Amino acid sequence: MSQHTAVLHLDQVTRIHGSGATEVHALRAVSFRALAGELVAVMGPSGSGKSTLLTLAGGLDAPTSGTVSVEGADLAGLGNKGRARMRRTSIGYVFQDFNLIPALTAIENVALPRELDGVRGRDARAQALAALEEVGIPDLAERFPDDMSGGQQQRVAIARAVVGERRLILADEPTGALDTDTGEEILRLLRARCEARAAGVQVTHEERHAAWADRVVFLRDGVIVDETGADPAESLLSSVLPR
Amino acid sequence: MSVKQALLALLEQGPLYGYQLRAEFENRTGGTWPLNIGQVYTTLSRLERDGLVEGAGVDAEGHVVYRVTDLGRGEVSAWFTTPVTRDQPPRDELAIKLALAVTVPGVDIARIIQQQRTATLSALQDYTRLKRAGRAARPDNPADMAWSLVLDSLVFAAEAEVRWLDHCEARLRRAAVEAVFVPAPPTVVPAEQDTTAQDTTAEETHR
Repeated sequence: MSQHTAVLHLDQVTRIHGSGATEVHALRAVSFRALAGELVAVMGPSGSGKSTLLTLAGGLDAPTSGTVSVEGADLAGLGNKGRARMRRTSIGYVFQDFNLIPALTAIENVALPRELDGVRGRDARAQALAALEEVGIPDLAERFPDDMSGGQQQRVAIARAVVGERRLILADEPTGALDTDTGEEILRLLRARCEARAAGVQVTHEERHAAWADRVVFLRDGVIVDETGADPAESLLSSVLPR
Repeated sequence: MSVKQALLALLEQGPLYGYQLRAEFENRTGGTWPLNIGQVYTTLSRLERDGLVEGAGVDAEGHVVYRVTDLGRGEVSAWFTTPVTRDQPPRDELAIKLALAVTVPGVDIARIIQQQRTATLSALQDYTRLKRAGRAARPDNPADMAWSLVLDSLVFAAEAEVRWLDHCEARLRRAAVEAVFVPAPPTVVPAEQDTTAQDTTAEETHR
């Protein structure tokens, strides 16, 4: 696979909710790519379509027209089973409110998507521990979410999103419930993961946090109105060249 | 800029000569506000004239070394214990530009806002890059911590600017939708007529 292959590719995606008089154009012919090695931030006022973009990218919703591809596969062509499998193996989701299962320990939360994917319990646990190590909290493996701070819970959530070498990380306001310092630690982790050849898409309304991304895309009324940051091809080049 | 107080505060730590003072200042502020050496020496001679510093001899390489006097120490302590005043807001070119763009006919204010937001966000990305890597990333000594906090100050200021731009955009859009605010006509009209037009606009706003 070429380095230039987008991990996520939205091509001319339109999403219309409702019909007739109550029709809402959440996205209008949006084309968007996230390449391996880059973190992209999506910003825009409420109702601009940024959450819709993330939901479509994660295969949790389908476009009215246009295609959404992950790792080169058109999500619409995969069918329900294929999409569910794609979500377990290629796509990691990080939410504002962590969404950990309170009855499971940190390591069980992280191992869960692997077990659902058919990995044997022991192997799933070993992978989960490696993911917790990556986010710096292997010592909290046996803790329950309620006994952890918000920042620690979000680390667990990131471990769960990346376990099994998933290459597309979708984060919906991942720092929204955290203080500035803790939020920055989370962004540091997301960046580190992207620099290890994953593609990250972060929806945020905080400019300070968007600035951690390589590119910032602005949506308004379902259209990309502006983009800032490194040209993706150029950033790819500079990530290959020694610094 | 409070070069005077900054130099005095640095001299509190011990006698230094001009180039050392500049280096110590830039070490703490990352060269955000570069000092030229001429400015350092001019300030030192004023401080000496006012009795706040005094010559402490010449070092082996012939540099004139300065130290702070008791009067100078009092000045530093007064500086640290007095809040920075805001009674005269520093001139803000962007605020002035938007204030004029709203009132001058034929200016595409939406475009100004969009372009500025992109530019400010790019600056924010640059500051964040400096925060991520280099000596501000994991400060383990006071000077690196100082530089890291100066960077944070730049980050927060840039963020405040983008938020204010978003706010301006939202308010202007709402005003346009509700038609309470009639944008100035795109042609320049004679002064008297212009006044009348503005009066009408004001009246419409009140209705």
